[in-house]
Amino acid sequence: MPIMNMVQALNQALREEMRRDPRVVVLGEDVGYRGGVFLVTEKLIDEFGELRVIDTPLTEGGIVGIAVGMAMYGLRPVAEIQFIDFVYEAFDQIVSNVAKIRYRSGGQFSVPLVIRSPCCGGVRGGMHHSQSPESYFIHTAGLITIMPSTPYDAKGLLKASIRIDDPVIFLEPKSIYRTIREEVPEEDYIVPIGKARLVKEGSDVTIVTYGAMVYKSIEASKLVAEKHGWDVEIIDLRTLMPFDREAVLKSIEKTGRLVIVHEAPKTLGLGAEISAYVAENAIELLRGPVVRVAGYDTPFPLAHEKLYMPNVARIYMAIKKVMEY
Amino acid sequence: MNLISQALAKDLNLDKALGIFRVLDDQGIPDESLEPKLSKDFLLKIYEYMVRTRILDEWLLKLQRMGKVAIHAPNKGQEATMIGAALALREQDWMFPSYRELGALLVRGMSEEEIIDRAMANADDPLKGSDFAIYGSRDKKIVPAPVPVGNQIPHAVGFALAAKIMGDNIVVLTFFGDGATSRGDFHFGLNFAGLFKPPVVFVIQNNQWAISLPVRKQTAAPTLAVKGVAYGVPSIRVDGNDVLAVYSIAKEAVDKASSGGGPTLIESLTYRLGPHTTADDPKRYRSDEEVKRYEAKDPIPRFRRYLMYRGILNEDLDREIWGRWRDYIETVVRRCLSKPELPEEVIFEDVYSEMPWNLREQLEEFRESLKIMKSLGLKVE
Repeated sequence: MPIMNMVQALNQALREEMRRDPRVVVLGEDVGYRGGVFLVTEKLIDEFGELRVIDTPLTEGGIVGIAVGMAMYGLRPVAEIQFIDFVYEAFDQIVSNVAKIRYRSGGQFSVPLVIRSPCCGGVRGGMHHSQSPESYFIHTAGLITIMPSTPYDAKGLLKASIRIDDPVIFLEPKSIYRTIREEVPEEDYIVPIGKARLVKEGSDVTIVTYGAMVYKSIEASKLVAEKHGWDVEIIDLRTLMPFDREAVLKSIEKTGRLVIVHEAPKTLGLGAEISAYVAENAIELLRGPVVRVAGYDTPFPLAHEKLYMPNVARIYMAIKKVMEY
Repeated sequence: MNLISQALAKDLNLDKALGIFRVLDDQGIPDESLEPKLSKDFLLKIYEYMVRTRILDEWLLKLQRMGKVAIHAPNKGQEATMIGAALALREQDWMFPSYRELGALLVRGMSEEEIIDRAMANADDPLKGSDFAIYGSRDKKIVPAPVPVGNQIPHAVGFALAAKIMGDNIVVLTFFGDGATSRGDFHFGLNFAGLFKPPVVFVIQNNQWAISLPVRKQTAAPTLAVKGVAYGVPSIRVDGNDVLAVYSIAKEAVDKASSGGGPTLIESLTYRLGPHTTADDPKRYRSDEEVKRYEAKDPIPRFRRYLMYRGILNEDLDREIWGRWRDYIETVVRRCLSKPELPEEVIFEDVYSEMPWNLREQLEEFRESLKIMKSLGLKVE
């Protein structure tokens, strides 16, 4: 089995889906001859031509608005937003249309559209190339929001996203685009939407996380095992909405302790929702407070990004707080 | 300067975007060199669509006043544009209307009953009570409009582009108002249309008012049609109260699009005789005199005068047409009023293709709350 990074796995997912289904088209800024600024769409244009790999003008609102029409017609567009930080021009289209056309039309029309985009920090990208805006999409009924953390999952989840009839916001943590490599099957497979991945089994405390923070959580789990002998269980949500509540509850049943780690700002981040969900439905399972480790409630800073983003020290602090409660 | 403007006008067809195309004068007398060759039956059909639209519009206003319809966006005065443009479409073509195109819905085969069921959001509402003033039907190739102004413009372009990619011969026509031309969606759609040349026809219902904002405060552009020229989309201005002018130009645009000629923008100059919606009070921003001036240009009497001038219609036939449709639509309204209410649980339907766990949980909670409501004798208020 070949070893791939996430960019290669995503490229292969797109290529396989475009071969499988002539309705799949790719559109976005620089996705054609440039292959996308991160090369996720590299050389697709050579195989599928300009009709199915569309270099668009520089307009996120236009890309999404046009893709909505294509999806309603029956195509399966995969629209790339070059950086998720630029998606706000398309926000009206996403919230008022992508998410609501099925409902507005009484189920007569659907928008089988994937909007994929590099997200999150850690590459010295600065304020407008580093954000984690998943909460806006999680909060919008009608959307499915996904963020893979491994090449294998990236390929399987993107293929699943292209095949379902609902719109998907597909966020790709760019800091691990090339740093994580693993075996990825060259044949067809999908990773089911709505199912979390158990990254590491443990018995003392559960970390619920996703994206690049999976790796920070693994590092922190090693540190607390070494220093305190605590056994951390790590869950990678993969699908952020609808998140895998069963996986979360099952793990807390065992550990009774919950830490949530994400890069997105703390207030009304997904951690708030999971924390509230556990408080409403399983408070008797908890042996201590639910603690969130998240981006601070500030704009994303360029100079001190490593200090802004959740790091091992902060995850360590959170685990210690819950364990010593 | 003169040379530059001449060159511009020649290369970009700016003269069409600045002038006004009309077939009928205000009295309904045709310019015979421009008069389309249409059969008597077809001309009478156009007139009947106009009559039906006017009566239906009056009924929806009445039903809103009776509390049976949430909000209605009156169509009065704009019938020529919506009907003239929709009649240009072929069976296989699609339409993306805005919320003020009742006549176009009728032309595309939606019945008064479907429209009134929709407006009342009763048990037969095909859109299941999702919003007010929007209408659509997949069977009739009408995509329900989004209420946010102009959102449908890029959708129409993407839809047409998809058809082009799939090699299907369809034309997509979208309506929107003068206000929409200030929004990003107009730019998105026109920019893509100019670049990719999909088979799409844009119809601006320039009814002079975006709620309270007159067109002269909407843009400093000399006309709305010149905006299309800047995107490389051939653009033309028509007298939107002249149904023959709108039909002729729309037909040419549809024919051109269907034969690979790409998009056209039509600015149709009309006037909204009623309020923006039933929640609006136009007396706050425009004078009665202005409205009276435009009432004299009402497209229906104007077309009636044309039909009489051509000997196609007389007073008796005119009375018969109005009477027949008044009776018919009143019967339909009665039937719609007697239909049961929309079931409550549609709230949770059609959010996703399958209901996710959070909605299933909320649906359970909802059912429970209805039971409690009943047992405590509480009412929905």
